[in-house]
Amino acid sequence: MAYSNKVVDHFNNPRNMGSFKKDEEGVGTGMVGAPECGDVMKLQIKVQGDTIVDAKFKTFGCGSAIASSSLATEWLKGKTIEEAHQIKNTDIVQELNLPPVKIHCSVLAEDAIKAALADYQKKAGSK
Amino acid sequence: MKLPIFMDNHSTTPMDPRVLDAMLPYFVEKFGNAASRNHAFGWEAEEAVEQARKQIAKLIEADPKEIVFTSGATESDNLALKGVVEMYKEKGTHIITSSTEHRAVLDTAKSLEAKGLATVTYLPVDKQGRVNPEDVRAAITPKTILISVMLANNEIGTINPVSAIGKIAKEKGILFHCDATQGVGKIPVDVQAMGIDLMSFSAHKIYGPKGVGALYVRKKSPRVRIVAQMDGGGHERGMRSGTLPVPLIVGFGKACELCELEMPAESARLAKMRDRLQAGIMAALEESYLNGHPTERLAGNLNISFAYVEGESLLMGMKDIALSSGSACTSATLEPSYVLRALGVGVELAHSSIRFGLGRFNTDEEIDYTIKKVIEIVSKLREMSPLYEMAKEGVDLKSVQWAAH
Repeated sequence: MAYSNKVVDHFNNPRNMGSFKKDEEGVGTGMVGAPECGDVMKLQIKVQGDTIVDAKFKTFGCGSAIASSSLATEWLKGKTIEEAHQIKNTDIVQELNLPPVKIHCSVLAEDAIKAALADYQKKAGSK
Repeated sequence: MKLPIFMDNHSTTPMDPRVLDAMLPYFVEKFGNAASRNHAFGWEAEEAVEQARKQIAKLIEADPKEIVFTSGATESDNLALKGVVEMYKEKGTHIITSSTEHRAVLDTAKSLEAKGLATVTYLPVDKQGRVNPEDVRAAITPKTILISVMLANNEIGTINPVSAIGKIAKEKGILFHCDATQGVGKIPVDVQAMGIDLMSFSAHKIYGPKGVGALYVRKKSPRVRIVAQMDGGGHERGMRSGTLPVPLIVGFGKACELCELEMPAESARLAKMRDRLQAGIMAALEESYLNGHPTERLAGNLNISFAYVEGESLLMGMKDIALSSGSACTSATLEPSYVLRALGVGVELAHSSIRFGLGRFNTDEEIDYTIKKVIEIVSKLREMSPLYEMAKEGVDLKSVQWAAH
């Protein structure tokens, strides 16, 4: 299968690869997927006020899964919580030109975003 | 060194230039139909086909008359299983095969089951991928008409104890078919000593052309009979109709001759390169696991799982080396390798497997380059892997509640 140039670019030069400490102030962590399915994404956001000031990811999975999560972190930075909720998997499919068999990678990335936001909101609410 | 490197020689092989040279006269100049009995064009073609038949038979210790040409090993497997089931249906309908066979055997068996023409026992394999001959014996029923077990596996290179299985088949008077596509030309094959009655193999796996293969069909003790699966001119002693592709057959013959001449030197060279590749990679990368048998294995085969990284991303990171993976992402079925699963390899590690297939034209320099690249990409992807991070933090990945999707 041929990969789009954007997938190859994200795969070769992943943006924001890494981790925050989970218990750090303002950090929300989302972990989705399962090893037996062949992909696991960990996506983290760092929030100040209402704005996501930084984001990081680590992904076990194919090139398209890595590219989807890398792109997600790029998009998250600078967005408000409200705006981050609006990111849809179809936006990722379009941007990366993913073929039908790789759509689940974008779904997983959207799930990871939602999970990170939920984790942040849960932590913020419990204070 | 030229990039990209081809290290996927189980999928196919480049044709040996000496094979091409042998084939060339048979396209334009000597184009006759080998079945034309009444003129020189036909005689010339027939002579070339018979010469090739001898070369092929010699490699497997068969009689030239026992070679039936087909379009490739898939057709040979189909012809063997369907042809035997149809011919011997009065005698019985039970087939014994193994769970790590090539799809050409497994899917043919399933198709026969689905049509109600046969019942099939799929034997398990051990952790190294070998069929236990005693399991074969235990599976035999009064209705069993055919045992079909492969010589060497296409993913893990494991070599089955074929002679022992052949012996049991003889004892019980049951026909034994062997899919030897990956073994012929790589390891010594002797259909007499191995007790094989039918055997499938193909030219393009042994540096010959694509589009031609053979089914060995034993002529005496016992004389094996099969029902042709294609109607037509009654070529190949009535077992496989269709005009013979003379240039391909000439190439197939030459390829077999070269394999026979060069096998001892070539397999020693490949084993040495493979062992160096294996040692270089596994010494540098923790939690890399060999799949298959440590010694009973094709010289050119190496199959390794790299924990915490996914196979397709590994291949993507090594774009200038042609390899293959058991990851679901690289298969059409979206399931990870059924061969690795049959060995008891966990789904995670099946997703993380890479198959290296060394062949006649690989060089030491390419091995060095591959070792370096594999270490580089596995290390890079592990840095990127949340599973590796968790394992390093001491999290037991099996205790985590994953959300399967």
